Amino acid sequence: MMNTRHWMALAIVAVLVAAMVVACSRGDSENRLVVTGSSTVAPLVSVIAKRYEAKHPGVRIDVQMGGSSRGLADARRGLADIGMMSRGLKAGENDVEAVAIARDGICLIVHKDNPVEGLTDEQLVAIYKGEIANWKDVGGADAPITVVNKAEGRSTLELFVAHFDLENPQIKAHVVVGDNEQGIQTVAGNPNSIGYVSIGTAEYDATHGVAIKLLAVGGVTPSVENVKLGKFPLSRPLNLVTAGETTPLADDFIAFARSQAVHDLVEKQYFVPIAP
Amino acid sequence: MSPSHRDRALGWVLRATAALVAAIVVLIVAFLVVESAGVLRKLGPLRFLTDPSWHPTSGSFDLTAMLLGSLLVTVGAVVLATPAGVASALFCRYYAPAPLAKLYGRMIEVLAGIPSVIYGMWGLMVLVPLIGKWQPPGPSLLAAVLILTLMILPTIALFSDAALAKVPDRYVRGAAALGLTRWATLRGVVLPAARSGLFTGVLLGMGRAIGETMAVLMVCGNVVQTPGSLFDPIRPLTANIALEMGYALGDHRSALFVSGLVLMGMVVVLVGTAELVSRGRLHG
Repeated sequence: MMNTRHWMALAIVAVLVAAMVVACSRGDSENRLVVTGSSTVAPLVSVIAKRYEAKHPGVRIDVQMGGSSRGLADARRGLADIGMMSRGLKAGENDVEAVAIARDGICLIVHKDNPVEGLTDEQLVAIYKGEIANWKDVGGADAPITVVNKAEGRSTLELFVAHFDLENPQIKAHVVVGDNEQGIQTVAGNPNSIGYVSIGTAEYDATHGVAIKLLAVGGVTPSVENVKLGKFPLSRPLNLVTAGETTPLADDFIAFARSQAVHDLVEKQYFVPIAP
Repeated sequence: MSPSHRDRALGWVLRATAALVAAIVVLIVAFLVVESAGVLRKLGPLRFLTDPSWHPTSGSFDLTAMLLGSLLVTVGAVVLATPAGVASALFCRYYAPAPLAKLYGRMIEVLAGIPSVIYGMWGLMVLVPLIGKWQPPGPSLLAAVLILTLMILPTIALFSDAALAKVPDRYVRGAAALGLTRWATLRGVVLPAARSGLFTGVLLGMGRAIGETMAVLMVCGNVVQTPGSLFDPIRPLTANIALEMGYALGDHRSALFVSGLVLMGMVVVLVGTAELVSRGRLHG
């Protein structure tokens, strides 16, 4: 008796699981958008997507992180309806269409207790190449510099090395980090370190009690304000990219992500809205 | 269903499950081989050992520094965690008063259940700055070894405890009848009798140490280099895959699959060696 009942229960569970799998894979593709890519853009697009979903009941937008290169690759291969990229398009990437939804800057950060307020480009390059290894050589305390670099393939790294005319193999790093938050935690935990992260994240954390300080680049104070005015040298567009034919839903969502209706969300993430 | 039918049905269910597990291993290896075949054919396997550095976007694919990194953190953690784990099991079973032993056992179980990212966060916020104050920069081989030691200690302690529990009571009573002290009993009778179980625990701990990614990634510094001292940052293969996978394309991506394949090979070699060693020791 018991035995039959067990088999029955098992069969019911199996049928339920099968039904769920079918239901999930069937999802109504006309009301569903898949957006993948840059971990800098993803948090912004997530909140924009939530607002869009609230305005358009029945629409579902999946936002997945994975870096700008993946956003581009997914859009090209049709794995995603929209790709997110935290950099401009390079030569050879003209097959996709990019629409900027905001701008972001990259800034250098040091520990809050570091007396150094700013560095010239030459000093910075020398520090990252390991030619200057002590803070006293650039006006700081007598302490060895801990250079924090980003892992290969991140667009923050690409923009940084391109701006300072460096090659990644030349950089003598002491710590290599993945995302912005890990970079900030590393610098906050080591009084003699220097690293670079997205201004948006850094400004937010610095004003919320994390022990970091933003350094001036080329004499310009790093702030969202200066990125907005176009004064800050190290800045980049946050793009949504699409390849080939797009669905009306994707077009509508991209237009929404650029519109006035989401500027407050962009600013809340410490990015700079693009004036329509 | 009659009992014999039921037995036969159970036999087939078990066979199917076993076949499924075996198939999963084969499929994973096949997947790794297929994904890495392109770059292996294009560059040849030697490039992964002889290139000057790991800068995949600049066409340089050396894996030896990271292979060494994986080996060093694993060996370091096992060397530290094994005596501590075995000692903790001995304490729990032969020295601690019963209520304390019970409480202590529960605590070790909780320690075993803490997610690795929690260990990593603790390491990043507490351990790394401490090491940094003493020997900058802080994120280092030492930090990774210490975090891994903490993580595999409960595994080794729990398995050692189970192995000690299986030692027949009459051995201990026989030793007592011979007038041996407690320590002499443990060293001469209990530990040798529990050897194979202790060894299994160490092996599982080692497996966890090799495969651990998140916690290590947060504290090891991730610089691809051959460490000159305990205080130099390193990058093990697992951290490399986790750091770069989401961001890699083309040859870079395939090269990461090659490092996955190497990691798999390392585990096979370790399990093989362990098997040989244990055979020699236990049946020799």
